[in-house]
Amino acid sequence: MKISGWGRYPVLEVQTHKPRDMDAVRDCVLSQPTLIARGNGRAYGDSAINPSATLDMRRLNRMLAFDPQNGQLVAEAGVLLGDIISAFLSRGWFLWVTPGTKFVTLGGAIAADVHGKNHHKDGSFRSSVDWIDLMGPDGVVRRCSRHSDPSLFDHTLGGMGLTGIILRAAIQLRPVESGWIRQTTIPTPNLKATIAAFETARDASYSVAWIDCLASGDKIGRSILKLGEHATRRALPAAQALSPFSIPRKRRLSVPVDLPGLTLNAYTLRAFNALYYKTGTRTSGEHLVDWDSYFYPLDAIHGWNRIYGRNGLAQFQCVLPLARSEAGLGALLSEIAKVGSGSFLAVLKRFGQQQSAFSFPMEGYTLALDFPVNPKTLALLERLDKIVLDHEGRFYLAKDSRMSAATLHASDPRVAAFMAHRNRHGLAQRFLSAQSERLSL
Amino acid sequence: MTKPAVLILGARSDIARAVAHKFAALGHPLQLAARNVDRLKADKTDIELRYDVPVTLHACDALAIKTHADFVATLPELPQIAICAIGLMGRQSDHEHDIVAATRIMRSNYEGPASLLSHLANQFEKRGNGTLVGISSVAGERGRASNYIYGSAKAGFTAFLSGLRNRLARRGVHVVTVLPGFVATQMTDGLDLPARLTAQPNEVADAILRAVKRKQDVIYVRRVWRLIMGLIRLIPERMFKGMKI
Repeated sequence: MKISGWGRYPVLEVQTHKPRDMDAVRDCVLSQPTLIARGNGRAYGDSAINPSATLDMRRLNRMLAFDPQNGQLVAEAGVLLGDIISAFLSRGWFLWVTPGTKFVTLGGAIAADVHGKNHHKDGSFRSSVDWIDLMGPDGVVRRCSRHSDPSLFDHTLGGMGLTGIILRAAIQLRPVESGWIRQTTIPTPNLKATIAAFETARDASYSVAWIDCLASGDKIGRSILKLGEHATRRALPAAQALSPFSIPRKRRLSVPVDLPGLTLNAYTLRAFNALYYKTGTRTSGEHLVDWDSYFYPLDAIHGWNRIYGRNGLAQFQCVLPLARSEAGLGALLSEIAKVGSGSFLAVLKRFGQQQSAFSFPMEGYTLALDFPVNPKTLALLERLDKIVLDHEGRFYLAKDSRMSAATLHASDPRVAAFMAHRNRHGLAQRFLSAQSERLSL
Repeated sequence: MTKPAVLILGARSDIARAVAHKFAALGHPLQLAARNVDRLKADKTDIELRYDVPVTLHACDALAIKTHADFVATLPELPQIAICAIGLMGRQSDHEHDIVAATRIMRSNYEGPASLLSHLANQFEKRGNGTLVGISSVAGERGRASNYIYGSAKAGFTAFLSGLRNRLARRGVHVVTVLPGFVATQMTDGLDLPARLTAQPNEVADAILRAVKRKQDVIYVRRVWRLIMGLIRLIPERMFKGMKI
């Protein structure tokens, strides 16, 4: 069958397997010359695609144990983060780290070592992981953690599934008093102000900025910075305090068909971004927002990836080291504004320190953009790659679908050590994805 | 208020799992039955963790007809709703000349399920209420060369459910016949099914919950199947026998 990542580019003809228990996973591992595990297909590009054997892990989606004393959940890799929230939020538990969609699996979150709006305080998904059970090329299951087999643990977090099949994991949940977030909105007129606002807000639990990537001149980098704190029960109005974990039912929108490529053109994008900024300035101040709208605004629009038309979309996410962030972001935004084929919504986020062997984050600023796939934007992305390299930044593999191996190897000195780990443990010949082949990992 | 218990027969199937999650989410205690109970242990923990409802496991072999009365008698409580998701398809070509294997398909899809539901029906009738759900198949609507062994058993099961419904209609017991059409499950893994005609297990589960609630009699999960099967039944036999469908 033909599958793709969430960006719907590239689309590849693939042999899929849908194991329903450990024995079936082992059969695949032992019988397939090469393979890769796949979760809910939310990586944008070709990370979770191996044309000769792709293991759809979504049937292995059982929660196995929960300890209400310390908040540790043990679950199979195919469990969705949204399922964890459904099961545990009403009992006062939330995820420590969540990406911008709840439709990712636990295994996928580990493989991409995803991050959220609290990276500057709590780090990446890794921070919440106690241990991982992984099946190696020999079909043997190994449990790794910070203490036992730490090298496997380190390389698996952010290792894009290239260190084995993630079967189960134990993660910590965080206690919360309600399902509501106190959100503070701060409009900032340009890049300098945006960065200053992030630095001032280092103590906020959550912070993220929607950046107007089509603004030009002295408006470059103007943003709507949104800070958030979990609302305590006491902070809720009487109506919500009665049942602090229930939130209003939402109307779900969906994009049932591919919109024509023209829908997103320079004019509509400019208008949308300007409108978004205006709305942000008008609604500045503090508001109470439910967890679903706060963390997962795009999940409310089913199939939002279709607004980019049938050719699909290419995501671009890089991180720049702190010292080079302002200059690098300025250069990236000017380049994008110049072409005018900007991104629907661009996201800027301050990262804190990161511990890991191959995870994406590093201390500095990360910028995420999406573009409709066409020759013009693909050429733009090549130029953006170059700017990132010039500023010693690196790239998020969960978003990548088109980068060259040379770019990756030039951007990240850790690649050699990651490849050495793969070779040493016989992983390099077995666990392959279209992405790992493209990037020579 | 505690909700009434739901019994699911053939609980390892994908449709059964989806149905179990939906009823548990509504707060119903579950009784899960399958031949190999050990393989349901992870599901029991999973459902109890997610929905905070009690789940009990019960060994039940659809082909061991003599054990069925005991099976029903030893359930911790007589359920209010019983759903039979027992089924076995296999590959028709394997069964055309292996007649013993073919009878196993027939018994697994008709004799076993009908026997279990008969025991439950009698208890429900005695009590004066309850809902029985049988998952049959559109394959039972007309025998086709590619799938008539499975189809004939499902035809028997569909007729059985229809008769049972008729018998119990004035006794307070409701019977639902589910004809799902193609469903993306392990039974159909590897088959090249047209996406528009293929339901996800979750859709089937939603349709079953709706049917139980609204006391529907016969449901097709995707409505297009009612039309397709209506047309297939209309084809004159003289033409049908020469067709490849």
